[in-house]
Amino acid sequence: MKTFDVLQFSFRAAVGYPARTLLTLLAMAIGVGAVILLTALGEGARLYVTREFTSLGTHLLIVIPGRSETTGGPPPLLGETPRDLTLEDALMLKRSSAIRRVAPVAIGSAPVAWQQREREATIMGSTAEMFDIRQLSMAQGRFLPAGNPSRGSAVCVLGYKIKRELVGNSSPLGEWVRIGGRRFRVIGVIAAKGQSLGLDMGDIAIIPVASAQMLFNTSSLFRILIQAGGREAVPRAKKAILKIIQDRHEGEDDVTVITQDALLKTFDRIFNALTLTVGGIAAISLAVAGILIMNVMLISVSQRKTEIGLLKAIGSPRSQILRLFLSESAVLSLIGSFLGVVLALVGTWASLRFYPNFPVTIPWWALTAATLVGVLTGLVFGVLPARRAAGLEPVEALSRR
Amino acid sequence: MIEMTGIGRSFQVGTEAVHALQAVDLTVRGGEYLSVMGPSGSGKSTLLNIIGLLDRPDSGVYRLDDVNATELNDTQQAAVRRHKIGFVFQFFHLVPRLTAAENVELPLILAGMDPNERKKRLDHALEALGIADRARHRPDQLSGGQRQRVAIARATIMRPGIILADEPTGNLDRASGNDVLDILENLNKEGKILIMVTHDPELGRRAKRQIQMLDGRIGSDSGKSA
Repeated sequence: MKTFDVLQFSFRAAVGYPARTLLTLLAMAIGVGAVILLTALGEGARLYVTREFTSLGTHLLIVIPGRSETTGGPPPLLGETPRDLTLEDALMLKRSSAIRRVAPVAIGSAPVAWQQREREATIMGSTAEMFDIRQLSMAQGRFLPAGNPSRGSAVCVLGYKIKRELVGNSSPLGEWVRIGGRRFRVIGVIAAKGQSLGLDMGDIAIIPVASAQMLFNTSSLFRILIQAGGREAVPRAKKAILKIIQDRHEGEDDVTVITQDALLKTFDRIFNALTLTVGGIAAISLAVAGILIMNVMLISVSQRKTEIGLLKAIGSPRSQILRLFLSESAVLSLIGSFLGVVLALVGTWASLRFYPNFPVTIPWWALTAATLVGVLTGLVFGVLPARRAAGLEPVEALSRR
Repeated sequence: MIEMTGIGRSFQVGTEAVHALQAVDLTVRGGEYLSVMGPSGSGKSTLLNIIGLLDRPDSGVYRLDDVNATELNDTQQAAVRRHKIGFVFQFFHLVPRLTAAENVELPLILAGMDPNERKKRLDHALEALGIADRARHRPDQLSGGQRQRVAIARATIMRPGIILADEPTGNLDRASGNDVLDILENLNKEGKILIMVTHDPELGRRAKRQIQMLDGRIGSDSGKSA
């Protein structure tokens, strides 16, 4: 019997009993759809968290002065530092090919005043590259201009919160504010972005790093933010940083480098495990669908006893009957799986429509795996009914009409 | 050529063993026309099923065209049924979801025949049995006589040498029953062996050779002398 004829026969048989076929297809579609959708949700959660972390800046490394000897716990923020990180240290780091951008950070606290209003704020000294590293966006004006970082100019960029509290709704651009007794011209306002790395970017005033060092009368840096040349370049960048700083610090390995990737990887692992767990739970519904296919096929076999007897009488050997009924299960589960994929696509589409911020994406491996497992389930659970059909005694099968 | 010697077949009904056939000897030569008669339970259907390889005897030897059919495996027996034997049943046993033409075509499909050749044979068979105009109807849209014609077309489309008919007119009115019988007898005239089980003596008498079954044995055989 030709394969095409087998498929056609099975398909016609499935169409011939619409109610049971529809029920089976529904069960299979729900099973496969659930597996795909739930893994898509898990994948979405993973992407969501990854994206949140990436918003800190991509391929970020942070150099902190001081060596944390203890494992676990945050590195010491103050003291214990034999040598300070200096602006020159930061600028030297740019020599490594693995490093794309370097933003030295000096930080302190000072009153910011405009006309009669004054408030305490965190003052961050940095360079133009901070803008790209932290992926900031401007609400008004522009960020610190590029230029020689060791020369301070009297310009500042305000966080949106400070700007609102000082000047209200009017534009601060071009106005002069006093920061710690010095005058700075406002050239931009940072757009709302929320907290990142524990620092509220709305409640901050950014000035050139040299100005900040002058303001706080220090030559040291709070930390250095570094953007590596790419994800693969991160380990290389880390090595380069340690090497360069060591060379400059008389062979002392006295800085700590934190990579964003290390953090991300942990989350990646957690969410992959979560996705697999959820997918596994959904796979139970696939098994249920398989059992339903088995039930339906068993009913079908007893309903079609005479047909099977007849097939035997007109010359079908056991193997052929086995093939016919197995292929019917296969056809059912294949169409069911296909419907499940469609269901999952519609589901993700709807989810993206209602929650555009949550990136529900179907991982391709889930799609193929769910479809394959769906068809396989149909085949496995189709074996028993098909064997029963093949084993029927033709005389007995034909004795009833 | 059918040669049966010492064929026995018994069934277990509850705790009791029922001997449907006991030491049956039967030889049928090519082109013969047999009717098998007898009361119900006398073993005539069992005999037909064993001849048609739908059932295996418990004892005895059945040789079909000089091949020991009892020793064939399932696949070989299926091939013999496909090529050498055509069944006509009392209840037609058409597949309800398939059209008349598709029912007739079924043996060709199972045999894996090429679609073009299939079409040719199908058209020919439908034409020969006068059901070409009903080809696209489903069995439930056909009369009993038409259904049995479809069944006969299906039984003959593989051009077997033996036609086995189990009460072929049992579910038909007299007119269409006679019709069907004429068709079957014409097949016999073409040289096919025709074996028909019936409990209607009047129909049975139309056969050249008549066999009376009684309690699993051949009671009388009008053609045994040959």
